[in-house]
Amino acid sequence: MNNHLHVAGLRKSYDGVEVVAGLDLQLEPGVCFGLLGPNGAGKTTTLRLCLGLTEPDSGEIRMLGFPVPEQAREARARIGVVPQLDNLDPDFTVRENLLVYGSYFGIAPRDLEARIPELLEFAGLSARESSKIQTLSGGMKRRLTLARALVNDPQLIFLDEPSTALDPQARHLIWERLRRLTSEGRTILLTTHFMDEAERLCHRVAIMDHGRKIAEGAPRDLIAQHIEPQVVEVFGDGAENWAETYGRNASERCEKTGETIFCYTHDADALVHALDGQQALRYLHRPANLEDVFLKLTGRELRD
Amino acid sequence: MKLARALAPRPSLRFMHIWRRNRLVWRKLAIPSMLGNLADPMLYMLGLGYGLGAMMPEVVGMSYIAFLAAGTVCSSTMMSASFESMYSSFSRMHVQRTWDAIMNAPVTLDDVVLGEAIWAASKAFLSGAAVLLVATMLGLVESALALWVLPVVFLTGLVFAGLGLIMTSLSPSYDFFMYYFTLAITPMMLASGVFFPLEQLPGWLQAVAQVLPLTHAVALVRPLMNGAVPESIAPHLLVLVGYAAIGCYVALVLARRRLLK
Repeated sequence: MNNHLHVAGLRKSYDGVEVVAGLDLQLEPGVCFGLLGPNGAGKTTTLRLCLGLTEPDSGEIRMLGFPVPEQAREARARIGVVPQLDNLDPDFTVRENLLVYGSYFGIAPRDLEARIPELLEFAGLSARESSKIQTLSGGMKRRLTLARALVNDPQLIFLDEPSTALDPQARHLIWERLRRLTSEGRTILLTTHFMDEAERLCHRVAIMDHGRKIAEGAPRDLIAQHIEPQVVEVFGDGAENWAETYGRNASERCEKTGETIFCYTHDADALVHALDGQQALRYLHRPANLEDVFLKLTGRELRD
Repeated sequence: MKLARALAPRPSLRFMHIWRRNRLVWRKLAIPSMLGNLADPMLYMLGLGYGLGAMMPEVVGMSYIAFLAAGTVCSSTMMSASFESMYSSFSRMHVQRTWDAIMNAPVTLDDVVLGEAIWAASKAFLSGAAVLLVATMLGLVESALALWVLPVVFLTGLVFAGLGLIMTSLSPSYDFFMYYFTLAITPMMLASGVFFPLEQLPGWLQAVAQVLPLTHAVALVRPLMNGAVPESIAPHLLVLVGYAAIGCYVALVLARRRLLK
């Protein structure tokens, strides 16, 4: 029972639709845990429930030992949150944002002043401490939001899609910072639908769909368990035809998403050899990844 | 059990964090904000007070401008609280998502709503007090009894903060507030004895006026500024306290329904 987050049998419905339908989660201290799922899978509702911002219909939540929602406030004093939408305070500068946010935790101004240089350094914004929020780039805002979530030195950090809408440089920088946080022994729960993000950062991931957990494990284990090790992606004019006449027989499993054909196999040599002779088709031969698992388990049709 | 938790207000002293945050923003623009708040009521008070007042010898035993000054203290308090609790609070709640950020800290929505209400009342207090100060400098205030106007002004601010926050909790956009101003605030301003004595209104409208909070604020403030102790203090106070308490509570319930789904 020393887990930083303990969720059992969690349920929540809106207008008769069960958005979270009997969810169990266990986050042991120091783990970086990824909650994956298509849009509408219930990820954000799960976070809101854990934070005590909405009441569950049933189930049990304990966060850092505190029962939620009953003692959500006490629990929130010891956690950090990076929300999906930036809600930095536009009426304040970078530095004031950290100061004011810290005041919501009841941290003494003197202690905050002492902590701010370190937070600014973490956000890579030491030179911008007097800048208005409106003048920051998307990446800077995210880093500041992350630094803001650390103002109370939290043991557990929630991140709701931390790298959405960031350019690759900014995303890599955020990843580096998150790894720094886990190496300091903090526990992280992040939601994302970037599978490479989850694969790189998370010790363990759970894939959610329709409010239920449909798989859980280390990314590498999930891949090994659910997917053939090699993938050949084929696209271009006539890819579908090729799949019907050749690909389907030469691979163990053949799927279509959009206009790309995915051939899954243990040995791709024959496929690659055959494709080298096809002028109209382009292909990519790669090892299986978490996205393949995700697509297999949550289906390939579009989610809105 | 669940229903009780859904209905019971649970405010805490942490509302001060929200109040301080808003004061910190306000401080950056304090001077223009104060002048802007003061200019409009002053123009009406001086323009109508001296212009119309020149044609009237006395209104209920005082000069028209003194009569109007008391009404202006109340109406500018109402306006200031209404603007702050609607346009500004709505920006913080809906546009900037500042409330969401605060609620990720160990502060609850109850603290936020209370902090916003008391902040709007504080700003309204400054507006009302500023008009009172100008009226004093113009020699329109009779005695130190007028100092009792200050708590009434704060209470009046809280009344309109509560009502404004109800609108904010219901509002889909800024446009929504126009209805409230057109249908509630403007008629109230005209029917509460701000510009002319209530007795000038037809009987049925006088009865309606007794339900309006602004009427009771004016009924307390005007005698106090004119050097007299108001008649029947308790009923007037009771109406104002009732509006403030019920207004803030309803605003809280509606805000919870909107934000804690």
